[in-house]
Amino acid sequence: MIVSANESIVQIRQLRFSLSGRPIFKGIDLDIPKNKIVAIMGPSGTGKTTLLNLIGGRIKPDSGTILVHNQNVAKLSTKALYKLRRRIGVLFQEGALFTDLNVFENVAFPLREHTHLPEDMIQNLVRMQLNAVGLRGALNLKIEQLSGGMARRVALARATVLGPELMLYDEPFTGQDPISRGVLVKLIRELNDALGLTSVLVSHDVPETAQIADYIYIIAGGVIIGEGTPSELLKTEIPQIKQFTHGLPDGPVAFHYPAADYREDLNL
Amino acid sequence: MNQLQQLGSSGINFCGNLGLSGLFLFRTIFSRVKWRQAWPLFSSQLYKVGVLSLVIILLSGLFIGMVVALQGFNTLRKFAAEQELGQLIALSVVRELGPVVAALLFAGRAGSALTAELGLMRATQQLGGMEMMAVDPMWRVVAPRFWAGLIAMPILAILFNVVAIIGGHFVGVDWLGVDDGAFWSNMQDAVGFHEDILNGIIKSLVFGFVITWVSVYQGFYSEPNAAGISKATTRTVVFSSLLVLALDFVLTSLMMGGW
Repeated sequence: MIVSANESIVQIRQLRFSLSGRPIFKGIDLDIPKNKIVAIMGPSGTGKTTLLNLIGGRIKPDSGTILVHNQNVAKLSTKALYKLRRRIGVLFQEGALFTDLNVFENVAFPLREHTHLPEDMIQNLVRMQLNAVGLRGALNLKIEQLSGGMARRVALARATVLGPELMLYDEPFTGQDPISRGVLVKLIRELNDALGLTSVLVSHDVPETAQIADYIYIIAGGVIIGEGTPSELLKTEIPQIKQFTHGLPDGPVAFHYPAADYREDLNL
Repeated sequence: MNQLQQLGSSGINFCGNLGLSGLFLFRTIFSRVKWRQAWPLFSSQLYKVGVLSLVIILLSGLFIGMVVALQGFNTLRKFAAEQELGQLIALSVVRELGPVVAALLFAGRAGSALTAELGLMRATQQLGGMEMMAVDPMWRVVAPRFWAGLIAMPILAILFNVVAIIGGHFVGVDWLGVDDGAFWSNMQDAVGFHEDILNGIIKSLVFGFVITWVSVYQGFYSEPNAAGISKATTRTVVFSSLLVLALDFVLTSLMMGGW
């Protein structure tokens, strides 16, 4: 989905990146248009989280450009990068909540760090954020008292408290029970529409992602092997995409890890 | 050839780590401080590394003072010099045992805890999360721990010295019958403020600096998994202890050379 520069919040062109000599991305192009939820999907180990780290400027590409709000993140100074990051919210796979702070203080953290709001306003804003994710009642709980789903929702409240323009979700549904997955699907869609966000959702959970994504890119082997709306991708007959979207155990991605001949291995 | 390559690789890694740890220290010391939040962060770390280390430091000080008194008394008695016990305890504790043993205990108690905590923060993406929230973990997480360790170490060593002398007094005077007045007056005559007490404090300040530096560096750059945190914690205790003992020798020779 190539869109014009002023319509897209994130533009990636000819991105190449390798880790310890192993190529992760071999020249990918993608766009994240404003106010849309775009999913990046693919099998485990294809570098989906790495892509989020590249967008957030935590790592630099070998070549190619990543423009976020028309700024090349790899070329930014630390100060400029931190300024840009204030406009980005990230929901980490594990939530990344600070274990030495309680729920309230976790959500208040970005406000205390980046604003000079009076305490009573912080109290109200945090309560409003927690109410939006259904956890106002958990205000004073410690992080270790939260279930996995609750932790993810607190992390979501924290990630959106400064009103980011771009949200990055790293495997939000992984390890969640069906109810929590349903809650997260609802929250991601509602927050995106209500707050006018732009969302990048990295996941390999096909049903949940297909419910909320406006557009999906599927990455495998360092390249984009397919892209389109969820309904287009679910109907495709391209074997590699079909295997992934339908969860087929065997196909272009073989069931067996490459190995010597089975008979030879067993000395038959 | 393989062994030669390995040796070269180890040398390069060592230099790389040394450079990285130097840069890390620079960033820690000169990180931009938000004074509004700095004091609460610092004081909570001072409590964790200092106050929570008190029990082990004080108990160890007490026992070391008692055992030095016992050993010293039996040796001095051979020369009919048991009245010099106070001097013996004070000098050995203030000059050497206080700073060194307190530092070794501090490395085991507070240093390993700092490394494990930072390693776990790395593994649970808390440090990465902070960076993505445009908050520098160097000032928010590392710097308060570093300064708290640096300040706590000399205070703990002083308390160790005090308790060790009390323990020595208990064994020497109350138990073995050394004269109370001789115990304190010999100590007062022999211990100098600059060459003994101040030098001991300088030593413990240097040890605190090194231990906390090693601890936060190892934790911050530990591999984000259980095995990585375990390795980093072990390295903290081993490197800190060896550095404390080596630096003790260097500092003692400098101080004896008339510093």
